[in-house]
Amino acid sequence: MSLREALATQDFTVTCEVAPPKGVDMKHVLDEAELLRGRVAGINVTDLQAAAMRVSSVATCSLLKQMGLEPILQMVCRDRNRIALQSDLLSAYVLGIRNVLCLTGDHTTLGDHPEAKPVFDLDSVSLLRAAQGLMDGKDLSGNDLEGKPEELFLGAIVTPGADPVEPQIYKLHSKVDAGARFIQTQAVYDVDSFARFMEKVQDVKVPILAGIVLLKSAGMARYMNANVAGVFVPDPLIKEMADAGKKDKEAKEKGEKAKNVAQKSIEIAARLISGLKPYCAGVHLMPLGWGHHVPAVLEASGV
Amino acid sequence: MIASERKPLEEILGYLDGEKKVFVVACDGCSTGTRSADPEAIAATVKELEANGKAVTGVARVEMVCNTGLSALMLMQHLAQVDEADSVLVFSCGDGIQSVASAVAKPVHPGTNSIYFGGFLGLWRSEAKCAECGNCMLDFTGGICPYTACSKSLLYGSCGGPKDGKCEVDASVPCGWMRIYDRLASLGKADRLKAIPPLRDFKKMLPVNERRRSSLYALEYVEAEPEAESKAG
Repeated sequence: MSLREALATQDFTVTCEVAPPKGVDMKHVLDEAELLRGRVAGINVTDLQAAAMRVSSVATCSLLKQMGLEPILQMVCRDRNRIALQSDLLSAYVLGIRNVLCLTGDHTTLGDHPEAKPVFDLDSVSLLRAAQGLMDGKDLSGNDLEGKPEELFLGAIVTPGADPVEPQIYKLHSKVDAGARFIQTQAVYDVDSFARFMEKVQDVKVPILAGIVLLKSAGMARYMNANVAGVFVPDPLIKEMADAGKKDKEAKEKGEKAKNVAQKSIEIAARLISGLKPYCAGVHLMPLGWGHHVPAVLEASGV
Repeated sequence: MIASERKPLEEILGYLDGEKKVFVVACDGCSTGTRSADPEAIAATVKELEANGKAVTGVARVEMVCNTGLSALMLMQHLAQVDEADSVLVFSCGDGIQSVASAVAKPVHPGTNSIYFGGFLGLWRSEAKCAECGNCMLDFTGGICPYTACSKSLLYGSCGGPKDGKCEVDASVPCGWMRIYDRLASLGKADRLKAIPPLRDFKKMLPVNERRRSSLYALEYVEAEPEAESKAG
Protein backbone atom coordinates (compact mmCIF):
# COMPACT_ATOMS: atom_id res chain seq x y z
CA MET A 1 0.00 0.00 0.00
CA SER A 2 1.29 3.46 -0.83
CA LEU A 3 1.66 6.14 1.83
CA ARG A 4 -1.15 8.07 0.14
CA GLU A 5 -3.49 5.06 0.41
CA ALA A 6 -2.42 4.38 3.99
CA LEU A 7 -3.17 7.93 5.08
CA ALA A 8 -6.50 7.86 3.27
CA THR A 9 -7.67 4.54 4.67
CA GLN A 10 -5.98 3.90 8.02
CA ASP A 11 -7.05 5.38 11.34
CA PHE A 12 -3.48 5.68 12.48
CA THR A 13 -0.40 5.73 10.23
CA VAL A 14 3.20 5.17 11.25
CA THR A 15 6.28 6.32 9.35
CA CYS A 16 9.91 6.00 10.36
CA GLU A 17 13.14 7.53 9.14
CA VAL A 18 16.42 5.92 8.22
CA ALA A 19 19.68 7.71 7.47
CA PRO A 20 22.06 6.95 4.59
CA PRO A 21 25.67 6.29 5.57
CA LYS A 22 28.73 8.46 5.22
CA GLY A 23 30.51 6.11 2.85
CA VAL A 24 29.24 3.35 0.59
CA ASP A 25 28.53 0.56 3.08
CA MET A 26 24.75 0.38 2.74
CA LYS A 27 24.24 -2.74 4.88
CA HIS A 28 23.19 -0.98 8.07
CA VAL A 29 20.66 1.39 6.49
CA LEU A 30 19.13 -1.34 4.34
CA ASP A 31 18.91 -3.72 7.35
CA GLU A 32 17.15 -1.02 9.34
CA ALA A 33 14.72 -0.45 6.48
CA GLU A 34 14.10 -4.21 6.16
CA LEU A 35 13.22 -4.30 9.87
CA LEU A 36 10.44 -1.81 9.14
CA ARG A 37 8.81 -3.93 6.43
CA GLY A 38 5.15 -4.44 7.23
CA ARG A 39 5.44 -2.27 10.33
CA VAL A 40 5.28 1.25 8.82
CA ALA A 41 3.45 2.90 5.92
CA GLY A 42 6.49 4.79 4.70
CA ILE A 43 10.20 5.08 5.32
CA ASN A 44 11.69 8.57 5.29
CA VAL A 45 15.24 8.77 4.00
CA THR A 46 16.97 11.84 5.37
CA ASP A 47 18.71 14.19 2.94
CA LEU A 48 22.23 15.01 4.11
CA GLN A 49 20.83 15.49 7.61
CA ALA A 50 22.57 17.96 9.88
CA ALA A 51 24.31 19.35 6.78
CA ALA A 52 26.70 16.38 6.76
CA MET A 53 27.93 14.90 3.46
CA ARG A 54 26.73 11.31 2.86
CA VAL A 55 24.99 9.04 0.34
CA SER A 56 22.01 10.83 -1.20
CA SER A 57 18.41 10.36 -0.27
CA VAL A 58 17.44 9.71 -3.91
CA ALA A 59 19.91 6.81 -4.25
CA THR A 60 18.85 5.25 -0.95
CA CYS A 61 15.13 5.67 -1.73
CA SER A 62 15.71 3.98 -5.06
CA LEU A 63 17.28 0.97 -3.30
CA LEU A 64 14.33 0.80 -0.88
CA LYS A 65 11.95 0.90 -3.83
CA GLN A 66 13.81 -2.02 -5.43
CA MET A 67 13.31 -3.91 -2.14
CA GLY A 68 9.58 -3.35 -2.45
CA LEU A 69 9.44 -0.83 0.40
CA GLU A 70 7.67 2.56 0.39
CA PRO A 71 10.30 5.31 0.58
CA ILE A 72 9.66 8.96 1.46
CA LEU A 73 12.31 11.12 -0.18
CA GLN A 74 13.40 14.02 2.01
CA MET A 75 14.67 17.01 0.05
CA VAL A 76 16.41 20.04 1.53
CA CYS A 77 17.16 23.31 -0.27
CA ARG A 78 20.60 23.93 1.19
CA ASP A 79 22.70 22.14 -1.41
CA ARG A 80 21.00 22.52 -4.78
CA ASN A 81 19.52 25.39 -6.77
CA ARG A 82 16.13 25.30 -8.46
CA ILE A 83 17.50 23.60 -11.55
CA ALA A 84 19.03 20.70 -9.61
CA LEU A 85 16.08 20.36 -7.21
CA GLN A 86 13.53 20.11 -10.02
CA SER A 87 15.80 17.69 -11.87
CA ASP A 88 16.09 15.50 -8.77
CA LEU A 89 12.32 15.47 -8.40
CA LEU A 90 11.98 14.21 -11.97
CA SER A 91 14.84 11.76 -11.46
CA ALA A 92 13.29 10.38 -8.27
CA TYR A 93 10.01 9.96 -10.10
CA VAL A 94 11.52 7.93 -12.94
CA LEU A 95 13.11 5.69 -10.29
CA GLY A 96 9.63 4.98 -8.92
CA ILE A 97 9.76 7.30 -5.93
CA ARG A 98 6.46 9.08 -5.24
CA ASN A 99 6.56 10.54 -1.71
CA VAL A 100 8.62 13.69 -1.19
CA LEU A 101 9.05 15.58 2.08
CA CYS A 102 10.13 19.16 1.33
CA LEU A 103 12.33 20.95 3.87
CA THR A 104 14.49 24.05 3.97
CA GLY A 105 17.45 22.31 5.62
CA ASP A 106 19.97 23.17 8.32
CA HIS A 107 22.50 25.85 7.47
CA THR A 108 25.85 24.69 6.05
CA THR A 109 27.72 26.20 9.00
CA LEU A 110 26.09 23.63 11.33
CA GLY A 111 27.42 20.66 9.36
CA ASP A 112 30.66 18.89 8.56
CA HIS A 113 31.60 21.17 5.65
CA PRO A 114 31.01 24.56 7.28
CA GLU A 115 32.99 26.33 4.53
CA ALA A 116 30.53 25.21 1.82
CA LYS A 117 28.32 27.63 -0.10
CA PRO A 118 24.79 27.63 1.32
CA VAL A 119 22.36 27.63 -1.63
CA PHE A 120 18.78 28.18 -0.39
CA ASP A 121 17.70 29.28 -3.87
CA LEU A 122 14.34 27.76 -2.93
CA ASP A 123 12.94 26.95 0.51
CA SER A 124 10.39 24.46 1.79
CA VAL A 125 7.39 26.43 0.48
CA SER A 126 8.82 27.22 -2.94
CA LEU A 127 10.12 23.65 -3.35
CA LEU A 128 6.59 22.40 -2.72
CA ARG A 129 5.35 24.90 -5.28
CA ALA A 130 7.99 23.76 -7.76
CA ALA A 131 6.99 20.11 -7.24
CA GLN A 132 3.31 20.94 -7.61
CA GLY A 133 4.14 22.81 -10.81
CA LEU A 134 5.97 19.79 -12.20
CA MET A 135 2.94 17.64 -11.37
CA ASP A 136 0.87 20.10 -13.40
CA GLY A 137 3.33 19.76 -16.29
CA LYS A 138 5.34 22.98 -15.96
CA ASP A 139 8.75 23.77 -14.56
CA LEU A 140 9.41 26.91 -12.52
CA SER A 141 10.07 28.89 -15.69
CA GLY A 142 6.78 27.80 -17.19
CA ASN A 143 8.29 25.39 -19.70
CA ASP A 144 6.22 22.34 -20.63
CA LEU A 145 7.31 18.89 -19.50
CA GLU A 146 7.29 15.73 -21.61
CA GLY A 147 5.42 13.53 -19.17
CA LYS A 148 4.20 14.89 -15.86
CA PRO A 149 5.17 13.39 -12.49
CA GLU A 150 1.46 13.44 -11.62
CA GLU A 151 1.61 10.88 -8.82
CA LEU A 152 4.02 12.79 -6.61
CA PHE A 153 2.75 12.87 -3.03
CA LEU A 154 4.15 15.91 -1.26
CA GLY A 155 4.76 16.45 2.42
CA ALA A 156 6.14 19.10 4.73
CA ILE A 157 7.09 19.58 8.34
CA VAL A 158 6.07 21.80 11.22
CA THR A 159 7.54 22.46 14.68
CA PRO A 160 4.61 22.36 17.14
CA GLY A 161 6.83 23.42 20.04
CA ALA A 162 8.20 26.58 18.38
CA ASP A 163 7.98 29.71 20.48
CA PRO A 164 6.24 31.75 19.22
CA VAL A 165 4.31 29.14 17.24
CA GLU A 166 2.27 31.58 15.11
CA PRO A 167 4.92 32.05 12.40
CA GLN A 168 5.12 28.25 12.13
CA ILE A 169 1.37 28.08 11.68
CA TYR A 170 1.39 30.72 8.94
CA LYS A 171 4.11 28.80 7.19
CA LEU A 172 2.21 25.53 7.64
CA HIS A 173 -0.75 27.08 5.83
CA SER A 174 1.58 28.30 3.07
CA LYS A 175 2.97 24.76 2.75
CA VAL A 176 -0.48 23.21 2.40
CA ASP A 177 -1.49 25.92 -0.09
CA ALA A 178 1.69 25.16 -2.04
CA GLY A 179 0.87 21.45 -2.32
CA ALA A 180 1.71 19.59 0.93
CA ARG A 181 -0.62 16.61 1.41
CA PHE A 182 0.86 15.25 4.62
CA ILE A 183 2.73 16.79 7.55
CA GLN A 184 5.37 15.27 9.82
CA THR A 185 6.34 17.21 12.93
CA GLN A 186 9.48 17.93 14.89
CA ALA A 187 9.91 15.79 18.03
CA VAL A 188 7.03 15.98 20.52
CA TYR A 189 7.42 15.00 24.20
CA ASP A 190 4.43 16.65 25.80
CA VAL A 191 0.97 15.39 24.86
CA ASP A 192 -0.93 18.34 26.33
CA SER A 193 1.00 21.05 24.51
CA PHE A 194 0.73 19.03 21.29
CA ALA A 195 -3.04 18.80 21.78
CA ARG A 196 -3.16 22.61 22.16
CA PHE A 197 -1.15 22.98 18.95
CA MET A 198 -3.51 20.66 17.08
CA GLU A 199 -6.42 22.79 18.19
CA LYS A 200 -4.75 25.85 16.66
CA VAL A 201 -4.31 24.07 13.32
CA GLN A 202 -7.65 22.31 13.10
CA ASP A 203 -8.35 24.15 9.84
CA VAL A 204 -5.37 22.39 8.26
CA LYS A 205 -7.06 19.60 6.37
CA VAL A 206 -4.12 17.30 5.71
CA PRO A 207 -2.97 14.45 7.98
CA ILE A 208 -0.42 15.42 10.63
CA LEU A 209 1.96 12.77 11.97
CA ALA A 210 3.51 13.63 15.34
CA GLY A 211 7.28 13.29 15.53
CA ILE A 212 8.77 10.80 18.00
CA VAL A 213 12.51 10.94 18.66
CA LEU A 214 13.77 8.08 20.85
CA LEU A 215 15.48 9.42 23.95
CA LYS A 216 18.84 7.74 24.35
CA SER A 217 19.89 9.26 27.67
CA ALA A 218 19.08 12.03 30.11
CA GLY A 219 22.06 13.93 28.70
CA MET A 220 20.61 13.79 25.19
CA ALA A 221 17.31 15.16 26.51
CA ARG A 222 19.05 18.03 28.27
CA TYR A 223 21.14 18.72 25.17
CA MET A 224 18.03 18.93 23.00
CA ASN A 225 16.35 21.26 25.47
CA ALA A 226 19.36 23.55 25.37
CA ASN A 227 20.12 23.38 21.66
CA VAL A 228 17.32 22.10 19.45
CA ALA A 229 14.75 24.67 18.37
CA GLY A 230 11.18 23.86 19.31
CA VAL A 231 11.99 20.65 21.22
CA PHE A 232 11.17 20.44 24.93
CA VAL A 233 11.61 17.31 27.01
CA PRO A 234 9.73 17.74 30.32
CA ASP A 235 11.72 17.17 33.53
CA PRO A 236 9.86 14.00 34.64
CA LEU A 237 10.95 12.27 31.41
CA ILE A 238 14.55 13.39 31.93
CA LYS A 239 14.41 12.01 35.47
CA GLU A 240 13.08 8.66 34.23
CA MET A 241 15.97 8.44 31.80
CA ALA A 242 18.49 9.48 34.43
CA ASP A 243 17.23 6.81 36.86
CA ALA A 244 17.46 4.18 34.13
CA GLY A 245 20.99 5.37 33.44
CA LYS A 246 21.91 4.90 37.11
CA LYS A 247 20.51 1.37 37.11
CA ASP A 248 22.51 0.54 34.00
CA LYS A 249 25.67 1.85 35.63
CA GLU A 250 25.08 -0.36 38.65
CA ALA A 251 24.31 -3.33 36.43
CA LYS A 252 27.54 -2.82 34.52
CA GLU A 253 29.52 -2.66 37.76
CA LYS A 254 28.02 -6.02 38.74
CA GLY A 255 28.95 -7.37 35.32
CA GLU A 256 25.29 -7.66 34.28
CA LYS A 257 23.63 -6.57 31.04
CA ALA A 258 22.67 -2.88 30.95
CA LYS A 259 19.20 -2.77 29.40
CA ASN A 260 17.36 -0.24 31.52
CA VAL A 261 18.01 2.84 29.37
CA ALA A 262 16.88 1.15 26.17
CA GLN A 263 13.80 -0.29 27.89
CA LYS A 264 12.91 3.08 29.37
CA SER A 265 13.39 4.79 26.01
CA ILE A 266 11.07 2.26 24.37
CA GLU A 267 8.53 2.65 27.18
CA ILE A 268 8.52 6.47 26.95
CA ALA A 269 8.14 6.42 23.16
CA ALA A 270 5.31 3.88 23.36
CA ARG A 271 3.58 5.92 26.05
CA LEU A 272 3.87 9.07 23.94
CA ILE A 273 2.46 7.31 20.88
CA SER A 274 -0.61 6.04 22.72
CA GLY A 275 -1.05 9.43 24.39
CA LEU A 276 -0.80 11.33 21.10
CA LYS A 277 -3.02 8.90 19.19
CA PRO A 278 -6.34 10.69 19.83
CA TYR A 279 -4.95 13.99 18.50
CA CYS A 280 -3.26 13.13 15.22
CA ALA A 281 -3.35 10.98 12.11
CA GLY A 282 -0.27 9.02 13.10
CA VAL A 283 3.31 9.24 14.23
CA HIS A 284 6.66 9.65 12.54
CA LEU A 285 9.53 7.88 14.32
CA MET A 286 13.06 9.26 14.30
CA PRO A 287 15.16 6.62 16.07
CA LEU A 288 18.53 8.36 15.42
CA GLY A 289 20.58 5.18 15.22
CA TRP A 290 18.26 3.09 17.39
CA GLY A 291 16.24 1.70 14.49
CA HIS A 292 16.57 -1.82 15.96
CA HIS A 293 14.31 -0.73 18.85
CA VAL A 294 11.49 0.49 16.58
CA PRO A 295 9.62 -2.86 16.42
CA ALA A 296 9.61 -2.99 20.25
CA VAL A 297 8.33 0.61 20.43
CA LEU A 298 5.46 -0.15 18.06
CA GLU A 299 4.60 -3.36 19.87
CA ALA A 300 4.57 -1.64 23.27
CA SER A 301 2.47 1.25 21.96
CA GLY A 302 -0.22 -1.10 20.75
CA VAL A 303 -0.73 0.69 17.38
CA MET B 1 32.74 51.77 1.31
CA ILE B 2 34.60 48.51 0.90
CA ALA B 3 36.44 47.30 3.98
CA SER B 4 39.74 45.52 3.55
CA GLU B 5 42.50 44.07 5.66
CA ARG B 6 46.13 43.50 4.78
CA LYS B 7 47.03 39.95 3.84
CA PRO B 8 49.57 38.11 6.03
CA LEU B 9 53.16 38.92 5.04
CA GLU B 10 53.95 35.27 4.20
CA GLU B 11 51.13 35.25 1.65
CA ILE B 12 52.38 38.47 0.02
CA LEU B 13 55.98 37.17 -0.04
CA GLY B 14 54.65 34.01 -1.66
CA TYR B 15 53.23 36.10 -4.51
CA LEU B 16 56.58 37.86 -4.90
CA ASP B 17 58.56 34.62 -5.00
CA GLY B 18 61.17 34.82 -7.78
CA GLU B 19 60.73 38.59 -8.09
CA LYS B 20 63.18 41.20 -6.84
CA LYS B 21 61.57 44.57 -7.40
CA VAL B 22 58.01 45.63 -6.73
CA PHE B 23 56.00 48.81 -7.18
CA VAL B 24 53.35 49.57 -4.57
CA VAL B 25 49.93 51.16 -5.15
CA ALA B 26 47.91 52.21 -2.10
CA CYS B 27 44.37 53.53 -1.97
CA ASP B 28 43.63 56.78 -0.19
CA GLY B 29 39.93 55.95 -0.14
CA CYS B 30 38.18 53.15 1.73
CA SER B 31 41.32 51.10 2.34
CA THR B 32 42.88 54.02 4.16
CA GLY B 33 39.63 54.35 6.08
CA THR B 34 39.92 50.75 7.23
CA ARG B 35 43.65 51.21 7.96
CA SER B 36 44.82 48.58 5.48
CA ALA B 37 46.47 51.14 3.17
CA ASP B 38 47.01 54.31 5.21
CA PRO B 39 50.52 55.85 4.92
CA GLU B 40 51.72 54.33 8.21
CA ALA B 41 50.57 50.84 7.30
CA ILE B 42 52.15 51.11 3.85
CA ALA B 43 55.45 52.42 5.29
CA ALA B 44 55.52 49.47 7.70
CA THR B 45 54.76 47.03 4.88
CA VAL B 46 57.50 48.54 2.68
CA LYS B 47 59.99 48.02 5.54
CA GLU B 48 58.89 44.40 5.92
CA LEU B 49 59.28 43.82 2.17
CA GLU B 50 62.76 45.34 2.18
CA ALA B 51 63.74 43.30 5.24
CA ASN B 52 62.80 40.24 3.17
CA GLY B 53 65.04 41.19 0.25
CA LYS B 54 62.49 42.92 -1.97
CA ALA B 55 63.34 46.31 -3.49
CA VAL B 56 60.39 48.72 -3.61
CA THR B 57 60.82 50.87 -6.72
CA GLY B 58 58.18 53.39 -5.63
CA VAL B 59 54.83 53.97 -3.96
CA ALA B 60 51.82 55.62 -5.61
CA ARG B 61 48.92 56.79 -3.50
CA VAL B 62 45.69 57.15 -5.46
CA GLU B 63 42.57 58.90 -4.18
CA MET B 64 40.28 56.03 -5.19
CA VAL B 65 42.15 53.18 -6.88
CA CYS B 66 38.82 51.75 -8.02
CA ASN B 67 38.54 54.67 -10.45
CA THR B 68 40.36 53.04 -13.35
CA GLY B 69 40.95 56.25 -15.27
CA LEU B 70 42.39 58.03 -12.26
CA SER B 71 44.62 55.07 -11.38
CA ALA B 72 45.97 54.92 -14.93
CA LEU B 73 46.75 58.67 -14.82
CA MET B 74 48.53 58.37 -11.47
CA LEU B 75 50.53 55.35 -12.61
CA MET B 76 51.69 57.29 -15.68
CA GLN B 77 53.42 59.70 -13.32
CA HIS B 78 55.40 56.72 -11.97
CA LEU B 79 56.08 55.15 -15.35
CA ALA B 80 59.80 54.59 -14.83
CA GLN B 81 59.33 53.06 -11.37
CA VAL B 82 56.59 50.75 -12.60
CA ASP B 83 58.70 49.76 -15.60
CA GLU B 84 61.62 48.96 -13.37
CA ALA B 85 59.54 46.67 -11.13
CA ASP B 86 58.83 43.00 -11.77
CA SER B 87 55.29 43.44 -10.52
CA VAL B 88 52.81 45.78 -8.83
CA LEU B 89 51.47 45.16 -5.34
CA VAL B 90 48.13 46.83 -4.65
CA PHE B 91 46.59 47.73 -1.30
CA SER B 92 42.96 48.50 -2.01
CA CYS B 93 39.70 46.67 -2.42
CA GLY B 94 39.25 44.02 -5.10
CA ASP B 95 37.80 46.68 -7.40
CA GLY B 96 40.97 48.74 -7.13
CA ILE B 97 43.27 45.77 -7.64
CA GLN B 98 41.40 44.98 -10.85
CA SER B 99 41.64 48.62 -11.95
CA VAL B 100 45.42 48.54 -11.62
CA ALA B 101 45.59 45.17 -13.35
CA SER B 102 43.70 46.63 -16.31
CA ALA B 103 46.10 49.60 -16.47
CA VAL B 104 49.53 47.97 -16.33
CA ALA B 105 51.09 45.23 -18.43
CA LYS B 106 52.73 43.60 -15.41
CA PRO B 107 51.74 40.98 -12.87
CA VAL B 108 49.55 42.63 -10.23
CA HIS B 109 49.36 41.15 -6.72
CA PRO B 110 46.71 41.84 -4.09
CA GLY B 111 48.09 43.06 -0.79
CA THR B 112 44.69 43.03 0.90
CA ASN B 113 41.57 40.94 1.32
CA SER B 114 38.26 42.72 0.78
CA ILE B 115 35.85 41.89 3.56
CA TYR B 116 32.22 41.24 2.74
CA PHE B 117 30.31 44.28 3.81
CA GLY B 118 27.09 44.19 1.81
CA GLY B 119 24.93 47.17 1.14
CA PHE B 120 25.76 50.02 -1.15
CA LEU B 121 29.37 50.45 -2.07
CA GLY B 122 30.66 53.90 -1.32
CA LEU B 123 28.43 54.38 1.71
CA TRP B 124 29.43 53.49 5.22
CA ARG B 125 26.91 51.13 6.74
CA SER B 126 26.78 49.68 10.20
CA GLU B 127 24.82 46.72 8.87
CA ALA B 128 24.41 45.17 5.47
CA LYS B 129 20.72 45.81 5.09
CA CYS B 130 20.26 45.84 1.33
CA ALA B 131 21.39 43.07 -0.98
CA GLU B 132 20.57 45.16 -4.07
CA CYS B 133 18.40 42.26 -5.23
CA GLY B 134 16.56 44.25 -7.88
CA ASN B 135 13.06 43.39 -6.63
CA CYS B 136 12.39 44.95 -3.25
CA MET B 137 10.25 42.81 -0.93
CA LEU B 138 10.19 45.29 1.95
CA ASP B 139 6.50 45.99 1.53
CA PHE B 140 5.68 42.30 1.94
CA THR B 141 7.95 41.90 4.97
CA GLY B 142 7.14 45.02 6.97
CA GLY B 143 10.27 46.97 6.14
CA ILE B 144 12.80 44.30 7.16
CA CYS B 145 14.65 42.63 4.29
CA PRO B 146 14.37 38.82 4.35
CA TYR B 147 17.41 38.41 2.12
CA THR B 148 19.78 40.20 4.49
CA ALA B 149 18.06 39.66 7.84
CA CYS B 150 17.76 35.86 7.39
CA SER B 151 20.95 33.76 7.29
CA LYS B 152 19.36 31.60 4.59
CA SER B 153 17.81 34.55 2.73
CA LEU B 154 14.46 32.80 2.96
CA LEU B 155 11.49 34.49 1.33
CA TYR B 156 8.65 32.36 2.70
CA GLY B 157 9.02 32.59 6.46
CA SER B 158 11.24 31.23 9.17
CA CYS B 159 12.94 27.85 8.90
CA GLY B 160 12.70 25.43 11.82
CA GLY B 161 15.97 26.67 13.25
CA PRO B 162 15.39 29.74 15.43
CA LYS B 163 15.66 29.09 19.17
CA ASP B 164 14.52 31.70 21.69
CA GLY B 165 14.10 34.07 18.74
CA LYS B 166 17.74 33.68 17.71
CA CYS B 167 19.24 32.37 14.48
CA GLU B 168 20.48 28.76 14.25
CA VAL B 169 23.68 30.01 12.64
CA ASP B 170 24.61 32.50 15.36
CA ALA B 171 22.80 32.62 18.68
CA SER B 172 23.77 36.27 19.13
CA VAL B 173 21.80 37.27 16.04
CA PRO B 174 18.02 37.64 16.15
CA CYS B 175 16.12 35.50 13.64
CA GLY B 176 15.25 37.79 10.74
CA TRP B 177 11.88 36.15 10.28
CA MET B 178 11.03 36.54 13.97
CA ARG B 179 11.80 40.25 13.53
CA ILE B 180 9.60 40.37 10.44
CA TYR B 181 6.82 38.49 12.22
CA ASP B 182 6.98 40.76 15.30
CA ARG B 183 6.95 43.84 13.10
CA LEU B 184 3.99 42.68 11.00
CA ALA B 185 2.13 41.54 14.12
CA SER B 186 2.67 44.96 15.71
CA LEU B 187 1.19 46.54 12.57
CA GLY B 188 -1.73 44.12 12.70
CA LYS B 189 -0.60 42.70 9.37
CA ALA B 190 0.67 39.21 10.27
CA ASP B 191 -1.90 37.81 7.83
CA ARG B 192 0.34 39.07 5.07
CA LEU B 193 2.53 36.02 5.71
CA LYS B 194 -0.12 33.88 4.06
CA ALA B 195 0.78 35.40 0.70
CA ILE B 196 3.21 33.53 -1.51
CA PRO B 197 5.28 36.12 -3.40
CA PRO B 198 7.04 35.27 -6.65
CA LEU B 199 10.43 33.56 -6.50
CA ARG B 200 13.54 35.67 -6.29
CA ASP B 201 15.01 36.48 -9.71
CA PHE B 202 18.78 36.29 -9.40
CA LYS B 203 19.13 37.56 -12.96
CA LYS B 204 18.30 40.98 -11.56
CA MET B 205 21.62 41.06 -9.77
CA LEU B 206 23.51 41.13 -13.06
CA PRO B 207 24.58 44.62 -14.21
CA VAL B 208 21.82 46.14 -16.31
CA ASN B 209 22.33 47.60 -19.77
CA GLU B 210 21.74 51.11 -18.45
CA ARG B 211 24.66 50.68 -16.10
CA ARG B 212 26.78 49.26 -18.88
CA ARG B 213 26.14 52.48 -20.78
CA SER B 214 27.17 54.70 -17.87
CA SER B 215 30.10 57.08 -18.27
CA LEU B 216 32.23 55.13 -15.80
CA TYR B 217 31.65 51.90 -17.69
CA ALA B 218 32.42 53.73 -20.93
CA LEU B 219 35.67 55.03 -19.49
CA GLU B 220 36.79 51.50 -18.72
CA TYR B 221 35.46 49.50 -21.65
CA VAL B 222 34.19 51.55 -24.56
CA GLU B 223 37.58 53.11 -25.15
CA ALA B 224 39.16 49.68 -25.07
CA GLU B 225 36.63 48.01 -27.35
CA PRO B 226 34.58 50.65 -29.15
CA GLU B 227 33.36 48.26 -31.83
CA ALA B 228 32.21 45.58 -29.44
CA GLU B 229 30.23 48.08 -27.42
CA SER B 230 28.57 49.76 -30.40
CA LYS B 231 27.45 46.34 -31.62
CA ALA B 232 26.16 45.40 -28.16
CA GLY B 233 24.41 48.75 -27.67
